[in-house]
Parts: sequence; structure tokens; C-alpha cells
Amino acid sequence: MTVHAWRGRATELDADRTAAEAADPAAVARLRVRSRALLASLVRPHRRALAATVALLLLQSVAGMAGPFLVMLAIDKGIPPLRAGDPTVLIEVGLAFVAAASVEYAGKRGFLRLSARIGQDVLRDLRQRVYDHFQRLSIGFHERYTSGRMVARLTSDMDSISELVDGGIDDLVLAGLSVVSVAGVLLYLDAPLALVTLLTFPFLLWLSRWFALASAVAYRRTREAVALVIVHFVESLGGIRAVHAFRREPRNQQIFDALNDDYRRANLRAFRLIAVYSPSIKLIGNLAIAGVLTYGGWQVLHGKTAIGVLAAFLLYLRRFFEPMQELSQFYNALQSATAALEKLAGVLDERPAVPEPARPTPLPAAGGGRAITFQDVTFGYRDGPPVLADFTIEIPAGQIVALVGATGAGKSTVAKLVARFYDPVAGTVRLDGVDLRAVPDTELRRAVVMVTQENHLFAGTVADNLRFGRPEATDADLMAAAAAIGAHDFIAALPEGYGTDVHRRGGRLSAGQRQLVAFARAFLADPGVLILDEATSSLDVPTERLVQRALRTILHRRTALVIAHRLSTVEIADRVLVIDDGRVVEDGPPSRLITGGGRYATLHTQWRDSLL
Amino acid sequence: MRTKRDHQSGVRNLWRLRRYLRPYRLQFAGLVLAALGGTAVGIAVPLVIRRVVDGPIAHRDPHGLIALGALALLLGVTEAALTFIRRWSQSSQALGMEATIRQDLYAHLQRLPVAFHDRWQSGQLLARATADLSVIRRFLSFGLLFLFVNLTTYAVVVALLIRLHWPLGLLVAGSAVPLVVVSRRFTRTYLRTSRRMQDEQGDLATQVEETARGLRTVKSFGRQAFMSRQFGAGADRLRNTAVDKGRQLAGTSAQFDLVPNLTLAAVLVLGAVEVAAGRLTIGELVAFVTLQLMLIWPIESLGWIIGNAQEAMTASDRIHEVLDAPPSIVDKPDARAAGPVAGEVRFDDVWFSYPGSATPVLRGICLTVRPGETLALVGTTGCGKTTLVSLVPRLYDVTAGRITLDGHDVRDLRLDSLREVVGVAFEEPTLFSMSVRENLALGRTDATDDEIHEALALAQADFVDDLPWGLDTRVGEQGLSLSGGQRQRLALARAILSRPRVLVLDDPLSALDVHTEALVEKALAGVLADTTALLVVHRPSTIALADRVALLADGEIVATGTHSELLATVPAYRAVLSEAAEIADAA
Repeated sequence: MTVHAWRGRATELDADRTAAEAADPAAVARLRVRSRALLASLVRPHRRALAATVALLLLQSVAGMAGPFLVMLAIDKGIPPLRAGDPTVLIEVGLAFVAAASVEYAGKRGFLRLSARIGQDVLRDLRQRVYDHFQRLSIGFHERYTSGRMVARLTSDMDSISELVDGGIDDLVLAGLSVVSVAGVLLYLDAPLALVTLLTFPFLLWLSRWFALASAVAYRRTREAVALVIVHFVESLGGIRAVHAFRREPRNQQIFDALNDDYRRANLRAFRLIAVYSPSIKLIGNLAIAGVLTYGGWQVLHGKTAIGVLAAFLLYLRRFFEPMQELSQFYNALQSATAALEKLAGVLDERPAVPEPARPTPLPAAGGGRAITFQDVTFGYRDGPPVLADFTIEIPAGQIVALVGATGAGKSTVAKLVARFYDPVAGTVRLDGVDLRAVPDTELRRAVVMVTQENHLFAGTVADNLRFGRPEATDADLMAAAAAIGAHDFIAALPEGYGTDVHRRGGRLSAGQRQLVAFARAFLADPGVLILDEATSSLDVPTERLVQRALRTILHRRTALVIAHRLSTVEIADRVLVIDDGRVVEDGPPSRLITGGGRYATLHTQWRDSLL
Repeated sequence: MRTKRDHQSGVRNLWRLRRYLRPYRLQFAGLVLAALGGTAVGIAVPLVIRRVVDGPIAHRDPHGLIALGALALLLGVTEAALTFIRRWSQSSQALGMEATIRQDLYAHLQRLPVAFHDRWQSGQLLARATADLSVIRRFLSFGLLFLFVNLTTYAVVVALLIRLHWPLGLLVAGSAVPLVVVSRRFTRTYLRTSRRMQDEQGDLATQVEETARGLRTVKSFGRQAFMSRQFGAGADRLRNTAVDKGRQLAGTSAQFDLVPNLTLAAVLVLGAVEVAAGRLTIGELVAFVTLQLMLIWPIESLGWIIGNAQEAMTASDRIHEVLDAPPSIVDKPDARAAGPVAGEVRFDDVWFSYPGSATPVLRGICLTVRPGETLALVGTTGCGKTTLVSLVPRLYDVTAGRITLDGHDVRDLRLDSLREVVGVAFEEPTLFSMSVRENLALGRTDATDDEIHEALALAQADFVDDLPWGLDTRVGEQGLSLSGGQRQRLALARAILSRPRVLVLDDPLSALDVHTEALVEKALAGVLADTTALLVVHRPSTIALADRVALLADGEIVATGTHSELLATVPAYRAVLSEAAEIADAA
């Protein structure tokens, strides 16, 4: 892969790939095995239909082979009686020809329909599997893998598999059939001549082996190159405001052109391989024909072979090598699809870092919030230094806890561990005494909800977005939740109220409005633990004040973790934890800490001073 | 009727792509020749074989045998060489065209205004740049070439057949009629299905992108199953359309196979009758049938080529939907460079409504920011502050009224020079998955490391030095591996780095802690001293940076003045901004 300086250096050398896709030969071989297993598991449910397609193909090819035979019959057996005035045989042959053509038609049509259905079912199944697996993989994985690459896997790689499905499988089977049957006929006709023909096999095999190895590398490269094109495309157009505001267009175009050209060259490499492979197969075939023609003619001249046999042999020889062309085409599509399938197998092979428990322990029934325990928790992002080390806190059910400290102290990390976006490296996080790693995901998500400053709204109506956390909520529930947060008025004032489409990523709303909707969404989900990580940072003061006032109601009978730089939100907390460098340095009710002369008191003074 | 129009627009849009073929026209002519030559040689080889059998072998002539063997060898090598030449140059030509179209598409997408991107799902754009383009690539290389070659083969063979025996030859020529009927019926439905499939592919890509972006939200609400069902429904739609498409193609390809076979049956019967009547020899009948057999592949593959052409037409329609979208925010023909500016920004009765919406977001804004002055915009959530500041660098254009920079309408200035003068930091900082340096130098690719470090220091973003590779560290997608505060400081550093005369800061400190915010403000004060600035502000703390404040409510400026003036005289202002009063109440 070309190194592009602009990409910068990543924490991991192979950030572009999944763990299974390491570059060493053993890993490549392993991945091949896995992608074959994947293919087998995809095809298995369609065994019967596949058998039917093979039957239809056989029918079609038998009917197709009847043609030349019927021509011979018409000439040898039809014309002489016709000259005598008897058209019966000819009419019979004509009807047989029509029948054969009809059978071929039906066989072909049936085969194409059935194989399209099987192919599309397989693709659909594969799409769903990969999509679901992406959803299972941890946030940590996605931070590294990026959304653009996920899009690439689910679009471009699928397209290249779909190309294989769309065309060529019948060619493969028909060509295979015809090569085998013709080889049989050749051996039967004249064994020595057939052996001359079979001399070409080592060359064909050697050539195919070369092509297989070279094209596997080439197509793997195209998959990676196209992923980079897609990542850049999606990201730069997603951030078009920044692109325009900073006149980034020329530089983006430069980068895109380079990536696009890389992709073109990767493709060109693959295309050129087939441009060499396919005519080479043809060349070998043609050389064999010329060879047999001369050698066979010689044999005939010396009376060792019958002339008719040579004629038939040469005609069949052409039919022996022609399907090889189709085979080479198919082989090419197969190689391209295999490279894509390997990428997908690599994704499917990635084990979720935050897995569903094998033996789940249900949470006890919630009654007024849930207790949270951190016990000797150590955690660091990827291979970075630990953000938390031997972190221990105990939060009883129903307590409102404010986490306070400088940027980068580890507050958000604490919050993310409670929401189980990550698992601790050592130690345990418990909810009502149950290790989070043992809580079934659906229960955990019902119990813990987080509102952050980067809340994603999905394209769809305001109501759809509000319902995201509780699909069964009624319209009245929606409005009650929105009203509690203070979002009802602005939503009602939108052109279509709750039915207004917020557009891609909520673009139709202002940052503050999005935050309000996200807040209402979380409240509506009615979790036992609510985490507010700078959840009011984009709000204007009056709205923030409204939310803060509503917080007492919202957080009633819930456990809450509140992270806010504006300490006005902290005032309602039962308890403040001041965190510095991954450790709790102060712990107590805000009223006590304010007077203690410690860090919180300092922060509080700074904040009050900032208010004028 | 609609189909007919679809068809016409498809053909027209496909024809418009010829400009991409133009640089390769000589090469393409060469390709056609190589393909025709290959076909001709392919036909010649069996003829040589027949000559061998009829000539040297029958006449026991070893020299003739060797000569003809050499000829067969020569033809065989020629055929392989021609195939090689065709494929080799075809690949560079097809991929070259594809890359150029993709490049143009991207360039155009970058020129299209923010309003366009607000409306279009990026999955749909992506599908156009990838899947649709490969369909077109396949047509421009293989489809178009073989359409030409096959039709030529058909015409030549039919002419030969007519020469051999004109009544039977005409019969074969007449078999084109049912083929035309079949293909017309096929194109009518296939065009629509192919378009639907491409649209559904784009929808699915959009769904994937939405999930990828919103994954944290999906996970934190445990809604994977819901998303999975939604995706499944999209995948089902795509599958059904693809199966439907496959069914149509299956029917038509089978018919394209059936017609020449039935013609062959008819030729055989009628030919036998002719032979019996003595108007045709058996040898001629055999030659006739052999020639006719050569037509089967070109006709059969024509079904596939027509399908390919239909897909290319709809793909080309889709691509032109984007290419034809006018970039509404562009330089006027006589646009001038902004040049060195004093930095007076004036809103002159500015109205704005988002495209497709009747309600104006801004109504008659009149406001002047004097050179070097810092003006804070204050107002409640959703009152139009962000919209107002987005108009200055022309991310959107005003609906009515005008914005001037030093007295010149911003629409009369060259876009690049306007955006060089105006630096922006948004509340939601967009970082790209690139190095920190690349992210910072968005506006100024020539920035030196010293300048970058200076900007970083001003924005209190020294944490960059602690990243594993400093400025060369790749920050994750959207800088996800950085905290919100860190990302905001990078965005701020980016805005300062370009040393703009006019600085637009949209609540750029919201995610900072109080201590850091105070440091940033102190540093910013120095920058703002001689820079015209528009600040969108939520916090009283940031107001201190401003010389003057404008209160925006419901799309209108309701008051302007200094902070203390407004605090004293405007109750609405006090309500919006006075956090201190509230805390005092609470305490």
C-alpha cells in the first residue's frame, strides 16, 4: 500500500485491516480457509436448489448438443426419402429440432431464474451477517476501523461478489462439462493424438497457478485501494462545511485524485493479469490445434490414422479449448470476489472486544436506580497508557454523582465504562452487584443510557428519534418527555411538529435543539442509570437553566452520573467526585467540598468568576 | 409514455459521456479492429482445417501439410496476439475513463453548496461514484465494443448467407424481427427495474453509513436488533428487485437463444426441401448451417449487452443528476479578489430561508461589525445565530438583502479569496482521519511547523505534543479518539492558523472546562485585538471578549450595545445571559 503522508501515523501499524488480515503468509492462508468456510456456510442452505440448477443446466446442454446430431440426421436420413416424395422423416427431424430448442429455452430460463434467486439470497444473507457483526463489534474496533471502511465493506465488496453471482456460474458448469466430455471423446477417438493434446495440461496448470497467485495479490490490493477512496469520499463530503469554509477543495481533490489513481492502478494490474492469462490460454489451445493438425495429418499420410477421425478430432479440439476461455473469465471474477470475501471473512472473524455474556446473569428488579461499583479498575485506550489505575468507587442506587476535573482526567472514561462501551483491562465494574460482563446487552441498555455532547440523530422524524430508546412509547409519552426537558415548545413550532424530518444527522436542527432531543430521547427510555456527559454544553443559558431545574424530576429515583464543566449542573448532585489523572482526589457532597479549600473549592471559585 | 422519456433521457445521458471516450478514440478504433480481426481469424481457423483435410491429406501432399500447418500456427498466434492487444489496451482505456469520471464527479460534488449536501444522502452519492461507475465502465469497454462487433458479425454473416442462397438468407435476416420485438419489450421493463435497483443500492449504502455514524447511539440504546431489521428490510427490497431483474434477464436471454435455434430448424427443413428439389447442394447446405451456427453466440450475447446498456443508461442518468446540479455558490464572471481588507462586515437587510422551507430563519438583519471589532451574537437555541454566521463565508447565500465586506457584496468577491479572509470554527469540529498537521492546515497548506505550534499554543492545544507522533499522529475519524474539548481546541487552532482578517467563531469553547476556557480566552483576546470577529456565544464568560453584543431573537436583531448596557436596559438579554443572577437566586 502506498504511504500517503497526509494520513499521518496510526497507533497500530495495520489500522486499515482487521486482526485476521495480517500480511504474513500463514495469516493469508488462514483467511483463505475461513473465507471458504464462510462461502460453504452461505451456500449450504441452498443445496437442493443448487442440485436443481445443475439438473437444469444438464438438460439445457443435452438439448443444445442435439442440434448438430439432428443436422446430420436431416441430411443423411431426411433428404433421400424426400427426394422420393416422402417428407415424414424430415418433418420428424424438424419437430425434434423445435422440441430440442424449446427444452433448451426452458432449461436456460429456469436455470437463470433459479441461479439468480440463489445468488441474491446468498448475497442478502451475507449482507445481513456482516452488518450484524459490525454492530456487535465494540466501539474500540470502530474507532480504529472508521465508518467509511465499514461502508466500503458493505457496498463495494458486496458489489464485487454480486458480479460473480450475476454472470458466469452457468458458463463455469457448462464449460467444465464440455471440457470433460470432449476429453473423453478425444481419448476414445484416438489415444495417441489425445495424449499429444493432454501435453498442454501442465502448461495450462502452471499458467493458472501463476494467475491465481498473482491475481489474489492484485485483487486484495484493489479491495484496500477502493476502501481508501470510499473513506475519503464519505468523510470529506460529510464534512463539506469545513471543506468549504477552509478552501480545502484543491487539497482534497489532490488527495482524492491520488487515491483514485491508486485504485485505478490496482485495478489495472488485475486487469492486465487477465489480459495476459486469457490470451495465453487461447495461444496454448491454438498451438495444440496446429500441432495436432500437422502431426495428425502426418499420421494420416502414413496410414496410421483414419482421415475421418482426424477431422472429428480437430473439430472437437476447438470445442475443447473454447470453453477454457470462459473458464478463465470465470476464474477472474472468482478471484475478485474471493478477495472481497476474504475482507468480509476478516470482519466476521474479528471477535467482539465487548462480547455478550456466555452465561448471562439477569439484573435484579430495579427500584429507584441502580448501584454502581468500580473495583480496582484499570483501563487504557488501545495500547496507550492507563487512563484509570486501580480505580475504586461505590455509588449507591439513586445517588446523583457529579464527576469533576480537568479535560482528560478520565471522567468520560468512567462514564463509558459504566455504559460498557469498553471493558476494563483489570478489575470489575458492577451494576447492582452484577459484573457488567455478565449482564445481557438488552438489559444493560435498558438500565443504562448516556447523553453526550455528540448526540447522533438519525434521518427521520423527531418522533422517530425520540422513540429510538423506547419504540412502544405513545405520542403522549413523547410529548410528556419533551415537555419535561423543555423541548416541546420548539418541536411543536417546527413546520410539521413531531413529524418533521430532521434530515441527515439531524442537520435541520441547531446543535442545541439536537441536544434537547437527545436528552428527551434518553429520558423517555426511562433507564435506572442516566449518564450525562456534558449533556447541556450546547444549550443557551435559559434553556440550560430549564433543563437543570427539570433535572431534579428527571433524575428522581435514578442513579445519575453527571459530567459538566459548568458547575451549575453540579449543584444538584448528592455527591461530587473530583478526578485527577485517573484517581479520585476528593469525594463528598458539594456543600462540604465548597468550603473545604480543596480542588473543588478552587474550581468552583474559578467558575463563579467566569460568570462575570 | 414515461418509459419512453426515461429511455430517451437515458440514451441522451449516456451519449453525453462520449466526452470521456474522446481521448481514447484512436485506441477505441484500434480495439474494434482488433476485435473484428480476432473474430475473422477465429472464423479462418476451421477453414484452414477443412483445407487440410480436403487438400494435402486427400492428395497425399506432405509439403502442403506443413505449409498449412504453419498457416494454422500463424493464425493461432495472431488470434491470441489480437486478443491480448485488445484486452491490454481495453483495460487501461476503461479504467482511465472510469477514474476520470469519478474525479470529475468528486470535483463537482465539492463545488456543490452545503445546501445540496444537506439534502442528499451521502450513501446515494457514494453509490454513484462506485457501483454506477463500474456499470458504465463495463458498458464503455465491453458492452459498446461487442455491440459493435456483434452487429458487424451479424451483418457480414447474413450478407454471406444471402449470397449463398438468398431465400434462406432472407429468412435468417428476418429472424431479426422477433429479436427486435423481444428487446423492445425487455428494455421497457428492464430500464425501470435497473433504476430501482441502483436507487435501492444507494439507499442501503445510506443505511450503512447512518449506522456507522450513529453506532454509539445505537449501542447505548441497545437498538442493534431494530437497526438490523431495518437493514434487513432494505436488503430484502434490494434482493427482490435483483431477483426480478434476474428473471427479466433470464427470460430475454433465453429468448435470444431460442430465436436463432428456431431459425436454424426452419433453415434445416426448408434447406432439405431445396436440396431435394435440386436447387441447393448438400455441401452448400452444410456450409450454410455452419455459417449460421456462428451467429448464435453474437445474438445470444446481444441480450446481455442490451441489459448492460440499459443499466449503463440508468447509471448515467443517476450520475448526471449530480453533475447537472448547478453549483449555486460560485464566482461571478467578473468576481474580484478580496485583496487586503480592513474587515468591515455589514449585514444589509438580510433575509434567509433554507431551501424548500417557507419560513424565513433570518428576517431583515441589519448589522455592522467595524474593522477590528469583536461582536458577540447572543440568543436562545435555534434563533438563527449559526445560520447568520454561515452566511459570511458564503456557506449559504442570502435569500434577500446583502452582506458586504469593506463595502463589497460578498457575492462579488472570488470565493477562495473571501474564504481566505474569513476564518471559521464551528461548535461541532469536523476532523478528518488524517494527521493533526493535515487537519490544522486545511486552510493553509503552506503553514510552517512554527506557525502551527503557535496556533496550537494559542488554542491551548499543547496536548498534541503528547500524542505518540506529535503533529504526524492520525487523529481518528472525526477525531473520535480525542475528547470533545480537545477536538474543539484543534478546530480553534485551525481557524487561527489561517490568520484571517475576519474570524467567525460559533460557540467554539462549549466543551472546554472552565480553567482551559479561561486560558483560551486570554490567548484569544490578543488575536481578536486587531481582527474583526463574530462570536456566537452562550456563556457570559466569553462575552468578555466582545466589544459589542447583538441580541438575536426569532431571526431578528432586537438589541445591540455593550454587554453592560444591554444587561442594564434589556430584560430579554438579562434572561438569556445572566447565569450569575440565577445562581445567586439558587444560593
